[in-house]
Amino acid sequence: MTITRPPVTRSELHRLMSLMTGDEKHSAAATSTLDVLHVLYDRVLHVDPARPDDPARDRFLLSKGHGPMAFYAVLAAHGFLAESELVGWADHGSRLGLHPDRTLIPGVEIGSGSLGHGLPIAVGTALGLRARRIATGPDRPHGPRVVVLVGDAELDEGSNHEAIAYAGRRGLANLTAVVVDNASATHGWPGVWSETGLAERFLVEGWRAITVDGRDHDALELALDAAHHDRPLAVVARVEPKDS
Amino acid sequence: MSATLALPTTMREAFLWAAADAIDDPAADDRVVLVLADISAGDDPIPALAARHPDRVLNVGIREQLMVGVAGGLALAGFRPIVHSYAPFAVERPYEQLKLDLGHQGSGAVLVSIGASYDVGSGGRTHQAPEDVGVIDTLPGWTVHVPGHPEEADRLVRDAVAGEGLVYVRLSEATNAAPHHGAGLVTVQQGRDGVVVAVGRTLDTVLEAVASSGRDLTVLYTTTPRPFDAVGLRAAVEALAPEHAAAPTVTMVEPYLAGTSARVVAEALDDRPHRQVMLGTHREESHRYGTRADHDAAHGLDVEGIGGRLWSS
Repeated sequence: MTITRPPVTRSELHRLMSLMTGDEKHSAAATSTLDVLHVLYDRVLHVDPARPDDPARDRFLLSKGHGPMAFYAVLAAHGFLAESELVGWADHGSRLGLHPDRTLIPGVEIGSGSLGHGLPIAVGTALGLRARRIATGPDRPHGPRVVVLVGDAELDEGSNHEAIAYAGRRGLANLTAVVVDNASATHGWPGVWSETGLAERFLVEGWRAITVDGRDHDALELALDAAHHDRPLAVVARVEPKDS
Repeated sequence: MSATLALPTTMREAFLWAAADAIDDPAADDRVVLVLADISAGDDPIPALAARHPDRVLNVGIREQLMVGVAGGLALAGFRPIVHSYAPFAVERPYEQLKLDLGHQGSGAVLVSIGASYDVGSGGRTHQAPEDVGVIDTLPGWTVHVPGHPEEADRLVRDAVAGEGLVYVRLSEATNAAPHHGAGLVTVQQGRDGVVVAVGRTLDTVLEAVASSGRDLTVLYTTTPRPFDAVGLRAAVEALAPEHAAAPTVTMVEPYLAGTSARVVAEALDDRPHRQVMLGTHREESHRYGTRADHDAAHGLDVEGIGGRLWSS
């Protein structure tokens, strides 16, 4: 599992990302997710590149599939990809595209790119894993975790709100949504009780919701491991605005 | 425990009981799951089934995008999902979910629709989906079943659930008088002058129209327009009189959008000149209510309408 390997350094991830060129349009998207991905794969997820089909593995679903450079860099740093593959990314013969394809890369749980698909799929996988009652250790009391990463602008898509409501009613304790908030939603998500309303969208549907600094690794780890025994967990990771 | 319905009276009933049997079946390894969006959730035997299997009968409410997305996630977790609603809400509204959450992920599922082209004849455009098979046909890898009898629906649903891959089962209230089992194109009657292919519930009407036409036509029947039985069509064409076999007329009668199968007939007969007559529902929206019989007449899918379009050479 990931905790047995030495921590990956930030500079190592930047070096790996620098190998991938040609998608500068999405560099803001790529860097917004970098710290969340770094913490997830270093400290939270139980995944093993030697056993990508392990039924007891955690599932990480990158719903915000554009700008996947940080994702590929983290996968390479953790042994799911060879570093040499990063250089020719997005070529016709490459397994690594501008949007990831699960059928090409073991360890990539979903093909994504069109917004609003990851969270509904994650709800289905969480329901399925819960039904199968796969045993895991005391650090994962609800079985394998399903963690899905969405963006604040991605939440414009209505399909997400179908999923947020239903997951809350079903009390999916094995589901975590990480919302990377770089204030890129065109009409914003104003809050009633707080500065950002993103967490409130989840709270009112019965989720536990925590807003943290998306660049603070310790705060991210604490939030991602927060108890949520009878309900799904949303972690809103705030980063610098896209246009700043 | 469940009890299989001895004689289902409708295709919808046949489907629901077949799904219940698959979920109850201990030999199925608990891999079958039913995902609903309110439609049929209150119909026998579903409420009792859901009480027995709360983890494997999932009603997401009136959320069809989520219904298909959840099915995709369940498939990734090793399940065989059955997804169900009225055709416009099962196929057209969540089209991108069918494309991406199932197909693109390499996942399988069984999608079962009711309503057909105009079972809800007086319901108007919102509850009618004559384009559904054409829409599904734009996506790779789908098998399409259009049963013409509840017993066929029972068999096709059971086989689809026990199998793999992506399967669309299009149920209708209209049926033929008797079931006709068999894979691909089944020869119902052999003629010498041309071939008529009847899909699903159109068969009885086609047989009546052919009989009253006085023409010597081969009638083929299928419940499975995709993948299309090109080998069976070529064999039927070869069995015509030599002058017709060399340049046949093939009439397709489909209970959905006319011309949906033009592509596959053209591919099957690309080695010879041939004429296609494509019967089905018209493309234009009628803005009319009424019974299914009214709509059949308006689309030329009654005995008179089909008979008037039959070609023998």
